[in-house]
Amino acid sequence: MDILPRRITAIIGPSGCGKSTFIRCLNRMNDLIPGARVEGQVFYHGEDIYAPGVDPVVVRRHIGMVFQRPNPFPKSIYENVAFGARINGYKGDMDELVERCLRRAALWDEVKNKLKKSALELSGGQQQRLCIARAIAVEPDVILMDEPASALDPIATTRIEDLMQELKQDYSIVIVTHNMQQAARVSDETAFLYTEVDEATGARWGVLVEFGDTKQIFTKPKDKRTDDYVSGRFG
Amino acid sequence: MKAGKQPGATNRLKSAELSRASVRLSDRSPSVASRWAAGRLEPGTSLKGCRPARRRVWRSRVNSALVVFAVVVALTPVVLILYHVTRKGLVSMSWEFLTSSMPLSFRKAGGGFLNALVGTAIMVGLAAVISVPLGIMGAVYLVEYGKGNWLAKLIRFFSDVMSGVPSVFVGLFIYTALVVHFGFGALMGAASLALIMIPIVVRSTEEMLKLVPSHLKDASYALGAAKWQTILRVVLPAAAPGITTGVMLAIARAAGETAPLILTALGSYQLTAKLWGEPISALTLAIFDGARNPFAAGQARAWAGALELLAIVLICTAVARLIAARSRLNR
Repeated sequence: MDILPRRITAIIGPSGCGKSTFIRCLNRMNDLIPGARVEGQVFYHGEDIYAPGVDPVVVRRHIGMVFQRPNPFPKSIYENVAFGARINGYKGDMDELVERCLRRAALWDEVKNKLKKSALELSGGQQQRLCIARAIAVEPDVILMDEPASALDPIATTRIEDLMQELKQDYSIVIVTHNMQQAARVSDETAFLYTEVDEATGARWGVLVEFGDTKQIFTKPKDKRTDDYVSGRFG
Repeated sequence: MKAGKQPGATNRLKSAELSRASVRLSDRSPSVASRWAAGRLEPGTSLKGCRPARRRVWRSRVNSALVVFAVVVALTPVVLILYHVTRKGLVSMSWEFLTSSMPLSFRKAGGGFLNALVGTAIMVGLAAVISVPLGIMGAVYLVEYGKGNWLAKLIRFFSDVMSGVPSVFVGLFIYTALVVHFGFGALMGAASLALIMIPIVVRSTEEMLKLVPSHLKDASYALGAAKWQTILRVVLPAAAPGITTGVMLAIARAAGETAPLILTALGSYQLTAKLWGEPISALTLAIFDGARNPFAAGQARAWAGALELLAIVLICTAVARLIAARSRLNR
């Protein structure tokens, strides 16, 4: 499947079909899991990120990730946003970078007077926006979001979705979500993953069933399984 | 309802109602009553009238009393030690004691354990400088790099063995390795203390590092951090309060060791800061020396020294717990 630039691609599917595992393949996060094996190729700007000799650290600087549960570092808000920049040797004005990223993440107004306070004191929605600001600070090309709003209340979820629409202008976004309405609202392309079970051994694996324009997936799906899922017959 | 009657009478009345209620229950369905022998309430019976069965109350009280008794028995020796040392030590404790060294003749009263304090400070300080970085790096290897490989298993095994080795053996080892060639000295004493401290630091740091949640490390990696950057900037700072606690406890332990120092520092009556070539005193050595002393003045100094050492160990432990508690509040 192709992930197009400056668009939002959603990955939907029932629980346990491998959506999170798949998205973690896109920035080589599965390398961190001992015993995990990845086969196949992921092309980023024409180069396979799994080619031998490719440094996963460099890959992750260009393809960032936001996780399901907000995970700010136990440091101050300022240090959280500045962390990625410091790691990557940013030489410019750090204050300006932090302010710019917090503004883009729609968090600046709420935290501008308490930048030195611990990030853990923020609410869940604010922490998740902080994680997005932290990811932006590294100036990636692609942002992967693994169910970014599933741990948040509906109002915070709406703010995250609005934020995604703004970020779309500068970054390519891939979002995993089990909330179909969110995928329909927010994304331009949608991929539907499904679980197949081997009756004999009980082994389960996920397959990409259909990938296409969001409107088409939700109104005129080509595969019956997709049709069943988006019309709520299971899932 | 029944105004004017005593509350106890009202309660007795209500339990009578309850027992009548359970009788009604058993009339209705004997199988149900046998399954719920402790007394199920019929619908309509008020919960306010229920009190736990007398037998249960009594058993609960007996259990509580046994637990309290066990705690008292366990704490009694500790309290007695604290009381005794404080009582005897306070008598001889004075500003002079804290700031002056042994008098030329240990028969004389007065003087103090300053040389011993300085010696303990130098040796424990040096031991910490050696053991803390080594211990932390070893723990980082065990947790982050060496998951399950043979070297990690070996390090863990020897760490456990070393923490169980009698400290006098450590002293003997340093004696044959260093003292025979270079003589007694502070460095030798520090080396033996470091050997005792390293397993403590490694094990406690390892436990603290394992407690750092993996989602923090994931966040760091997703930002394009390399492994050493993640360890240095995220994992170690997150585990720092716990590591500090472990280090303080290791320091408290080292400050109280006697046997290895007898064989490596030997002890002296002079205030010195020489690191090798010359024996140096330590608080534990001075206490040991003074306790064996036939003269009252020497023994009095030993008690005061014991109080001093006790205070140091208590302060280290208290600071360690304070750091741990403060860090938990900040989360």
